[in-house]
Amino acid sequence: MKYSVFSLLRNAFQANRNWKPAWRDMSPRTDHVYDVVIVGGGGHGLSTAHYLAKVHGITNVAVIEKGYVGSGNVGRNTTIIRSNYLLPGNTPFYEWSLKLWEGLEQDINFNAMVSQRGVLNLYHSDAQRDAYARRGNAMRMNGVDSVLLDAAQVRAMVPYLDFDNARFPIRGGLLQPRGGTVRHDAVAWGYARAADSRGVDICQHCEVTGIRIEAGRVLGVETTKGFVRARKVALAAAGNSSRVAAMAGLRLPIETHVLQAFVSEAIKPLVDTVITFGAGHFYISQSDKGGLVFGGDLDGYNSYAQRGSLPLVEHVMEEGMGLMPMLGRLRVVRSWGGVMDMSMDGSPIIDKTPVEGLYLNCGWCYGGFKATPASGWCFAHTIARDEAHALNAAMRLDRFATGHLIDEKGAGPTPNLH
Amino acid sequence: MRIPCPHCGERPVDEFTTIGTADPVRPEASSDMKDWVDYVYIRNNPAGTHREWFHHVGGCRAWLVVTRDTRTHAILGARTAEEARKP
Ligand SMILES: Cc1cc2nc3c(=O)[nH]c(=O)nc-3n(C[C@H](O)[C@H](O)[C@H](O)COP(=O)(O)OP(=O)(O)OC[C@H]3O[C@@H](n4cnc5c(N)ncnc54)[C@H](O)[C@@H]3O)c2cc1C
Ligand SMILES: [Zn+2]
Repeated sequence: MKYSVFSLLRNAFQANRNWKPAWRDMSPRTDHVYDVVIVGGGGHGLSTAHYLAKVHGITNVAVIEKGYVGSGNVGRNTTIIRSNYLLPGNTPFYEWSLKLWEGLEQDINFNAMVSQRGVLNLYHSDAQRDAYARRGNAMRMNGVDSVLLDAAQVRAMVPYLDFDNARFPIRGGLLQPRGGTVRHDAVAWGYARAADSRGVDICQHCEVTGIRIEAGRVLGVETTKGFVRARKVALAAAGNSSRVAAMAGLRLPIETHVLQAFVSEAIKPLVDTVITFGAGHFYISQSDKGGLVFGGDLDGYNSYAQRGSLPLVEHVMEEGMGLMPMLGRLRVVRSWGGVMDMSMDGSPIIDKTPVEGLYLNCGWCYGGFKATPASGWCFAHTIARDEAHALNAAMRLDRFATGHLIDEKGAGPTPNLH
Repeated sequence: MRIPCPHCGERPVDEFTTIGTADPVRPEASSDMKDWVDYVYIRNNPAGTHREWFHHVGGCRAWLVVTRDTRTHAILGARTAEEARKP
């Protein structure tokens, strides 16, 4: 069924009794050879399935997800999208992602609440202003929108911040007006529904437990529901990438770390953009339900537990208070954690692997939500054509050996600092 | 998370900084480039028991090797770097 104002009205007049599930609940077919099996039904796995079907006409595909669709990071992130990158290997990729976001809802016929409310990165010193000016210029040279604001301009936009804080005065900001937020669950559901409508099998509650390889070529995956044969296998397991890659004998330049996020009680509209604090690592926006959504740094140690510890909670609250003291009047109603695939240079990998027919998508750190459309777009291209798209040509697995790192922060091989 | 420092006793994790895995062994200077790439960039990243470096910056300032379960955050032991080197 195509969703529209008419389907809404028709169903309303039928007392909403005739809505159909948005996609078929499938088990992987074990008597069948899939063209592509995708491991991981997060945002990236599902968008890959959609673009494989839509752009490349490859519909004999299964997405195999061990939990339910949306149980991973795609349903745990703080929903920020932007393309304010500095390096050539990154900027065109993220800008293409933003362009895909702009047309996504029409493309997949699903309301993902794409909201281009702007992303404002604050600066607090002359040196930081210069760094932001450089980033803004790099963005503009790549056709990305960016505006450097002084303190008065920022004050006019978001007057409720602590501008004259003795330690972290706000001197201005770099604004990307086309950045914003997207309803994260809707992205997973919308891509799942779109892929399913073209014939892709979305298989939930089925864990991949092994990858069968013969003579250097992939044959399929072992799962909790049996052996599933496939001509090509594509890994998109985010925080569990090292574990699934190990099933194929691969060791990755990845560490798994926990990132936490928080939501306050709902209040009237206050924060109508996305604000990031430049004197620490803190970002805040407001959901349409009214809760303030915010987060900060990684806890800093390797973790596969989808929860963090208290010192980081305290740290995030302190940063929030340093930026916006009125936050102290609010109660935090929920917090949670997700496990991030932190790469050794802070940038992702979308590539073939040394195993024939096995493809890898990982290393998203904590910025992979905004990448969901372009990641699926490029991964689908890489799988279908057996070669990288120009946009992911630099996101190679072997770049660590050849020295072609994409290190936005210049932090070196320290995954907990990217 | 509380780490049992051999010098200071059980202390909260925010007194420590970590630089991550203690597993990789620094290759000889003359080793292959492949060994160096492995050492600098490639990680086992286990879901389970993991040995990692913690620095007790807010305490005795000793470097420790802490054994921890990355699935549960349970601390299984902590030794000074020097002790940890002994077999
Ligand atoms: C708290 C938090 C805040 C974040 N904020 C932002 C943000 O504001 N902006 C942004 O751009 N990014 C953000 N991110 C990062 C972003 O969410 C991730 O980079 C991105 O979602 C990862 O891709 P994914 O959606 O495919 O991952 P996931 O949704 O995690 O998908 C991977 C899936 O693989 C499945 N899987 C794993 N192993 C197996 C197996 N053996 N068999 C079958 N299935 C398996 C998992 O169950 C999971 O569903 C944030 C992340 C967190 C945790
Ligand atoms: Zn100590």
